[in-house]
Amino acid sequence: MRFFLHGVKVPHRKNTEKMAAVRMPAPASVTIPMQQHIGKPALPIVKPGDEVFVGTLIAEQDGFISSPVYSSVSGKVKSLTDLLMPNGVKCRAIVIESDGNMTPDPSVAPPTVTNKAELVEAIRRSGTVGLGGAGFPSYVKFNIPEGKTVDELIINGAECEPYITSDTRTMVDKSDDMLHGIVTILDLLNIPRAVIGIEGNKKEAIASMKAMAEKDPRISVKVLLTLYPQGAEKVIIYHTVGKVTPAGKLPLDVGCIVTNCTTVACIGNYLKVGMPLVSKCVTVDGGALNGRGNVIVPIGTSLKEVFEFIGGFSEFPHKVLLGGPMMGHAVASLDIPVMKNTNATLAVTEDEIREKKHTACIRCGACVSHCPLSLNPQAYLKAYNAGKTEVLEKLRVDICMECGCCSFICPTAQPLVETNKLAKGLLRSLAAEKKKKEEEKKMKEESKNVRAE
Amino acid sequence: MSEQNKLHISVSPHISNPRTTASIMLDVIIALLPTALAGIIIFGIRALAVIAVSIAAAVASESIFCIIVKKENTVPDLSSVVTGFILALNLPVSIPLWQAAVGSVFAIIVVKCLFGGIGQNFANPAMTARIFMITAFAATASVAYPTIVDTTSVATPLVELGYGLLPESFLGLFLGTVGGAIGEVSSLAILIGFVYLLVRKVIRPFAPISFVLTVFIFSLIFEGFDLTYALAWTLSGGLLFGAVFMATDYSTTPITDVGKIIFGVGAGFITVVIRFFGSYPEGVSFGILFMNILTPYIDKLVVNKPFGGKIR
Repeated sequence: MRFFLHGVKVPHRKNTEKMAAVRMPAPASVTIPMQQHIGKPALPIVKPGDEVFVGTLIAEQDGFISSPVYSSVSGKVKSLTDLLMPNGVKCRAIVIESDGNMTPDPSVAPPTVTNKAELVEAIRRSGTVGLGGAGFPSYVKFNIPEGKTVDELIINGAECEPYITSDTRTMVDKSDDMLHGIVTILDLLNIPRAVIGIEGNKKEAIASMKAMAEKDPRISVKVLLTLYPQGAEKVIIYHTVGKVTPAGKLPLDVGCIVTNCTTVACIGNYLKVGMPLVSKCVTVDGGALNGRGNVIVPIGTSLKEVFEFIGGFSEFPHKVLLGGPMMGHAVASLDIPVMKNTNATLAVTEDEIREKKHTACIRCGACVSHCPLSLNPQAYLKAYNAGKTEVLEKLRVDICMECGCCSFICPTAQPLVETNKLAKGLLRSLAAEKKKKEEEKKMKEESKNVRAE
Repeated sequence: MSEQNKLHISVSPHISNPRTTASIMLDVIIALLPTALAGIIIFGIRALAVIAVSIAAAVASESIFCIIVKKENTVPDLSSVVTGFILALNLPVSIPLWQAAVGSVFAIIVVKCLFGGIGQNFANPAMTARIFMITAFAATASVAYPTIVDTTSVATPLVELGYGLLPESFLGLFLGTVGGAIGEVSSLAILIGFVYLLVRKVIRPFAPISFVLTVFIFSLIFEGFDLTYALAWTLSGGLLFGAVFMATDYSTTPITDVGKIIFGVGAGFITVVIRFFGSYPEGVSFGILFMNILTPYIDKLVVNKPFGGKIR
């Protein structure tokens, strides 16, 4: 018997769930960032003036945790610039002027994949990263180290964030690609079964996935509670296969690989046609827009052009979000491009997101009783404000996944998840400092010993 | 591109639940209404006067305090209304109105505001004010011997029980046709409020249930396993009211569910000990106050176990 993991009931606002993705025409130019994934940025291999096609490699992977980047349009490389990303970090980007033809690169061809090494290489070359939002290079995940066995491939179709329906559309419209991806991965990586986890409110997606699961006995569908955040990695592992991932461990340590449904569809598509990840289905929604829908956007297209394609603003938005309202970033500029891991962009009005007034904490305990990982946000806030780092460490603020349930549910608008983020950063820098000091001490002692000799 | 500068930036999450302090307090006020109504029906219009004076004094004292210390007026969060309301329901209908007002001022100023306002007080304001009144105005504030009540000029069931007398009917205890404070006489009305608070998810059931169960079990033991006496002890006095409306006060009870159970059991045990061995007929106030004081320590000791991790 599984005990119940908590969460919050968020408004669904899945206005676009019935809207199949439409492809937007090539923009005049695209700005493709080198950092669209967790890890080291990719290294540009093109220079201004180079001719590129859709699917031409423009930046090579740099280091183990990184991912190659491909051109999303056909045309000429215009320049290399620095781009301010939504997280406030500057990043190299390649600007490509489109010729409007979207000519595919002549080298694009389906890869030959017959064993594990070839599959991992193909996933690496496809440029696929975690498309649920995290952007972790997928090939690293599937490169199972010797001695580890994987019992379950968990396909994350929870899509628990409000507004976003791009994963739903993948499950409804791209089940062939998904099936091809899942079956190849199960075959070549010797994984006995795959479970697709979907929140209960997505009836159409559940029906489509159940129909797909009938084609292979190894695949099953698990309908999840409609409770944010069912799609969080540790939460979905627990609710699909009942395993508890210990803090600081990876899903692989409990015999699982979790991958987003769009990621697996992207891999399946690459295996079939050989076209790497160059465009992305993005949910475009929000009260400040004249239209809404799911749009297939060439990577590097600015948000402004995406909004214009859907009909433009009916009023100037209060916030523009990259991702969903629970974990997405509010961006400062509409020049930010759509990236590999962008699954939604929302132009919201002030009424839609209605911010609460910050008042005194009444100790209601809602943050504690709603935390999906049973943490103590209220205690972290107190400890952080009092500078008690030892309490933060003891009460394990490091486990927090920043899902935002505590801040969402708080009746007095305490900066809970914000504080957790700061506290995690504080503990990390303290640990790094401690390590540095210890190393210095060791070095001193060693040099002392050398002198003594 | 001047328009672009108008985009707002903030940390996620960008949406929030509509609940606020004021809406929670409004729910508590709604939950208190059946109890208040029962009190007014049973004791007459004077009960309404006691309630009105208590609330007015509580609200006025909070406003004045905010003006004196130059803080933003916190009356709109409705918490002072709740405090005044709960205090009034804890008083006998015969209480002189000026004493009810003094009690409210004490609750708001001394117990709440001087400790830093809502969320910072360590003891339940209404509860502490009641104890203050029982000692300061012993003759009129104690509900054990209502002196000038016309409708029920008899000793309350708790006093009778102390002498080993059972109340005339359990239905009376349940519906509220026996003596006591304004808000403690109708178990049915209190339970309606309890269910409302649970449905609205304002409170969690752990503290009230463990509180009442503990009192029931220990009464059963002390009464030599006589079920009727144990039930009478459980339904009389301020137990149900205290368990539902005061053992669930956010500021003064533990945050975790396990902590809430410890709170309920502790308060229940102290209540029974005072009822059976102490010189006061009622122990609920003291049980809750004592556990209020222990709450910071309970919160320190009882911490939720993180999913997939251990507290270091």
